[in-house]
Amino acid sequence: MDGSVLGFAVALSVVLVGSVLVAAGLGPAVIAPGETVRYLWAALTGGEIGSDEVTTYQIVWQIRTPRVLLAAIVGAGLAAVGVVVQALVRNALADPFILGVSSGASVGAVGVSVSGGLAGLGIYAVSAGAFLGALGASLLVYLAARSAAGIMPLRLVLTGVAMAFGFQAVLSVIIYFAPDSEATSAVLFWTMGGFGAATWGSLPVVAVVVLAVLVVLRRYGRALDVLSLGDETAGSLGVDASSVRRGLFVLAAVATGAMVAVSGAIGFVGLVVPHVVRILVGAAHARVLVVAPLVGAVLMVWVDLVSRTVVAPRELPLGAITALVGVPVFVVLMRRRGYLFGGR
Amino acid sequence: MAELTFDELSVTVDQHPIVRELRLDVPAGEVVGLVGPNGSGKSTVLRCVYRAMAPSGGAVRLDTTDLATLTPRESAKRIAALTQENSVDLDFTVAEVVAFGRTPHLPGNRSLSARDRDVCRDAMARLDVLRLAERSVLSLSGGERQRVLIARALAQEPEVLVLDEPTNHLDLRHQVELLTLLRNSGRTVLVVVHDLNLAAVACDRIGVLAGGVLVASGTPADVLTPELVREVFGVDVVVVRHPENGAPQLLHSLSTLEVDPDGQRA
Repeated sequence: MDGSVLGFAVALSVVLVGSVLVAAGLGPAVIAPGETVRYLWAALTGGEIGSDEVTTYQIVWQIRTPRVLLAAIVGAGLAAVGVVVQALVRNALADPFILGVSSGASVGAVGVSVSGGLAGLGIYAVSAGAFLGALGASLLVYLAARSAAGIMPLRLVLTGVAMAFGFQAVLSVIIYFAPDSEATSAVLFWTMGGFGAATWGSLPVVAVVVLAVLVVLRRYGRALDVLSLGDETAGSLGVDASSVRRGLFVLAAVATGAMVAVSGAIGFVGLVVPHVVRILVGAAHARVLVVAPLVGAVLMVWVDLVSRTVVAPRELPLGAITALVGVPVFVVLMRRRGYLFGGR
Repeated sequence: MAELTFDELSVTVDQHPIVRELRLDVPAGEVVGLVGPNGSGKSTVLRCVYRAMAPSGGAVRLDTTDLATLTPRESAKRIAALTQENSVDLDFTVAEVVAFGRTPHLPGNRSLSARDRDVCRDAMARLDVLRLAERSVLSLSGGERQRVLIARALAQEPEVLVLDEPTNHLDLRHQVELLTLLRNSGRTVLVVVHDLNLAAVACDRIGVLAGGVLVASGTPADVLTPELVREVFGVDVVVVRHPENGAPQLLHSLSTLEVDPDGQRA
């Protein structure tokens, strides 16, 4: 990693920590960052707080902190998986959900909540349904896109898009026949995404999965670079494109499934953050894969903060805010730097 | 220095034989050209060398080693390829693309050493792209990009270079410079060329493929006869000797290409 990227990474890490502290303090009850730090310190070290502060402490520690951390984790994960998927399918318009994951997760979650399946898992039943739906969808896409010559990038994209339409149709049918409006709101949640359901209990699995994926991806930087020259050229450089694609497909599917299961399908981050980061630090994946998760995490923390404070107590859909913030930033950067992806 | 040998190489795709029992030697340090009409199996032969395809029969040997027994990385350390893929998806700089040539020599994600950088710089200088080093590859012309990709193959420091139509997109000067460079590289070179006159001056030996079968091989003077060109390419030519180096050169007379109203060649 060269100096400029290290500087970027350190600066973004500082911004991320600051953003988490600020976001944990803001909401209907505003708590100063100093107080927030004191509560978090007390929670982590088992320190004492005054009895008149229990309510605010509970708000910070039990409600806001897991939510803000979840936003950071999912933002980081979506950005990293977005980078990987764009390189895998060699398509600038790809995002983590192009593999059919989001609609598959919706079908799984809604199916479970309507049918009452997986009841043995208690409050995690719906998340488990979403995860299984996401993996099932990825598996279907993978099997349908596979050919004797390996998985072709374009075929993967087309299959993913086609499958997404299929799952949407299934969703429509479920909603149409569902006895109540609960199914409709469930569908809305899983397709739009949100962190409203975050608890400490929902954090560990997705945190471990996302961190593990980020660590594993560090080994794939050069392989992803070389894939952009084409499969045959990659092969002539000793990189087996098919096996790289297979491995990373599994990684992307599991990570996306784990994220969708806790937060629904939050669009746009996985599409645009990779591009913004490439504009900032160049195309080399060794650099992009360090910076993109940090940018994704910071962006997601702030987007979530805006979504829950602007029209409180209602929440704006996250996807609407990511797009409102991201589109202008993206267009400005793209025009100023003369960014090229796949040609002029 | 290594010798490349095709030992009864056969390739079959979906029951269709693409290459049949090819026997051909590329002696160490020589430049061998592969010529033939479109669809005659030239690129397939090269793919078996750079491991994009596996032979369905026979073997490709590097000295005495069957390539199939090497891992992709092991063979990438010894064999570099310029494929027909001339596109790059992402906005890499020229220097970054050339540095991809070091991939087989760098385990994991190890970064470039000072020596790696020297090798890349030297390769860029030889292909006349050093001044483009910090430019985006996506902003280059087709010919410039082709030279960048060839520099990338040289940066691999291979014993054997295989190139699929390397003169594509290149202007006359860069075509001549490239073939001169291949001749003087000291490496074993197998190259697919469409221009028979360039092949005749640049190659030590030429192999002619038609319908997946090697129909002739030998020195350019032995191989490039009017009879063979007529038989393989269906074109009448006059063959003359190059006044300086004696290489056979083909002259086309357009009358043989004239088409009568029935669409048949006259």
